[in-house]
Amino acid sequence: MANNIIVQLKLLPQRLLAIIIFLLIWEIVPWVGLADPSFVPPASATFARLWELLLSGTLLTQTSISLQRAFAGFAIAVVTGIPLGFLVGWFKTFEKYMDPLLQTFRQLPILALFPVFILLFGIGEISKIAMIALACFWSVFMNTASGVMTVDPLLVKSARSMGASHSDMFKKVVLPAAIPAIFTGVRFAGTVALLMLVAAEMVGASSGLGYFVLNAQQRYASRDIFAGIVALTLLGVIINYILVTIEKKATSWKEDIVHG
Amino acid sequence: MRKKWTIGGIISGTIYENIAQITPKNELNCQLLLIYIVSYMTRIIRETMTKIKAENIKKIFKIRSNGNSKNNGNTPNELLALGGVDLSINKGEFVSIVGPSGCGKSTFLDLVGGLSKPNEGNIYIDGKPVNGPGLDRGIVFQQYALFPWRTALGNVEFGLENQNVLKKERTEIAQKYLSLVGLAGFENRYPYELSGGMKQRVAIARALAYDPDILLMDEPFGALDAQTREILQRELLHIWEETHKTILFITHSIDEAVFLSDRVAIMTARPGVIKKEMAVPLSRPARFEDDIRTSQDFVKTRYELWGHLKEEVVKAQQICANTTANLSLEKPVTTLEKVMTT
Ligand SMILES: Nc1ncnc2c1ncn2[C@@H]1O[C@H](COP(=O)(O)OP(=O)(O)OP(=O)(O)O)[C@@H](O)[C@H]1O
Ligand SMILES: [Mg+2]
Repeated sequence: MANNIIVQLKLLPQRLLAIIIFLLIWEIVPWVGLADPSFVPPASATFARLWELLLSGTLLTQTSISLQRAFAGFAIAVVTGIPLGFLVGWFKTFEKYMDPLLQTFRQLPILALFPVFILLFGIGEISKIAMIALACFWSVFMNTASGVMTVDPLLVKSARSMGASHSDMFKKVVLPAAIPAIFTGVRFAGTVALLMLVAAEMVGASSGLGYFVLNAQQRYASRDIFAGIVALTLLGVIINYILVTIEKKATSWKEDIVHG
Repeated sequence: MRKKWTIGGIISGTIYENIAQITPKNELNCQLLLIYIVSYMTRIIRETMTKIKAENIKKIFKIRSNGNSKNNGNTPNELLALGGVDLSINKGEFVSIVGPSGCGKSTFLDLVGGLSKPNEGNIYIDGKPVNGPGLDRGIVFQQYALFPWRTALGNVEFGLENQNVLKKERTEIAQKYLSLVGLAGFENRYPYELSGGMKQRVAIARALAYDPDILLMDEPFGALDAQTREILQRELLHIWEETHKTILFITHSIDEAVFLSDRVAIMTARPGVIKKEMAVPLSRPARFEDDIRTSQDFVKTRYELWGHLKEEVVKAQQICANTTANLSLEKPVTTLEKVMTT
């Protein structure tokens, strides 16, 4: 374990190289006049502003509002998507009838539903959370269903030959076999949640990071815009990191294809 | 009146009483009666000795139709895999099936395992028709079929869990069988961390662990190197002698079939039927002698077996070649080339 951390640390400069180069370019471009500094503030100015916002407490307030929405939607999606995915994946007939409907719904541009949600739920929290939940739901649901459907029949056979009951088959074969697919869905849902969050907050909100960015644009506060974008990106990185870590724990029996 | 409560006693007793009522007792009748009884008894004994009995097993697979439309008069998208297999295996007998690739050996094993149903015919185990899998049969699958999310130990424990063996005992038993197949120290490895041969040995340990009466083994030593193979063959013979299991063993290797079995059944090219059964004239102790594979009996049996098998292998290749030729009508040449070269 300790060894592992040392290896990771040694790799750190190498892994950060591209990011550092990117930040340098970002810094230089406004300086040399390739972009107007009043529209694209250099990296240093952006991070300085981010630091100010952090100290003033604005950043934390907005982030926590956004996180609550994203998390609520994400959680609803996970709690409904996984069981329904199992249902559709497990019962072949169900899947047969549901598939055309599902395939159609999947193509539905969820952002276009936002006006409908606002009509139904009003401009408050519910419509935003519902939109995030719906978008995340597809990812979780579809991946779970396909994970269940693609369980290796040989393993089912093997379990059957060893006297596994119906419930054993579910607990000991289908569930573990579907775990990687479920986590792929959940991880993707994490990304989608953030995407939808920003969209929802830009369209109809008066708080949250998405609103903060939009509001900054209306105030021509370009440093705030970029600080908000950086904050959202960092949030995305952190969420993804957490989900990947959980995923790795849950699928430790799988061969590491990408090392590190 | 005293009665002996043995099967023979009951049967001969009832038969005698029945006959005595309707016929006058004379010597001829008595003799006929005796002959009748003896033949009846032999049948009973033979039936109680039979462990597995397959009668006229046919299996048809539905397949997606491609160029391969000439299937012995079947409709284009049906494939007759087994064309009426008859085979019976006695209690404690070791029977091997050899046959060309694709002739339906694995299909037959699945049927005996109760994992699929024949389209025609019946399979009996201990006289009862098979209608599903059960812990009386342990299967070693050709493709191992290990659960990738379980360690070697966890895999071997699977069958025991369904027998409600306590956790501690389960681990002990699983460990015992893992070391039996030479995998002590690998208990906590996941399948992806094991070599092909190791996986195969885990699969063998798993089937042995819950102590089934019958072992159904589908080329269980196929992925092993020659040395390990020989060691495990001997180990299997030991296990078999100690436990008196009935073993149905599938192999590509004639050598292996002769070395291990009491009887070898040769299967024809598709549709598979049993073409010939050969008893192996090797005594049990003789098999553990070092020069057994060069002994005259061994060599002779192997030679004979190969003689029967050769034809079928050639036939199977023709079936394959036909399939490839048909495919070529629909697919571009590059695909055909690939098929031919791989
Ligand atoms: N589920 C299936 N659906 C369609 N066809 C099948 C199926 N299983 C097997 N077959 C076909 O049935 C035939 C017999 O297959 P089987 O696996 O029993 O062969 P085998 O004798 O075990 O071959 P090998 O020695 O290569 O393992 C093959 O032609 C195969 O293509
Ligand atoms: Mg096979």
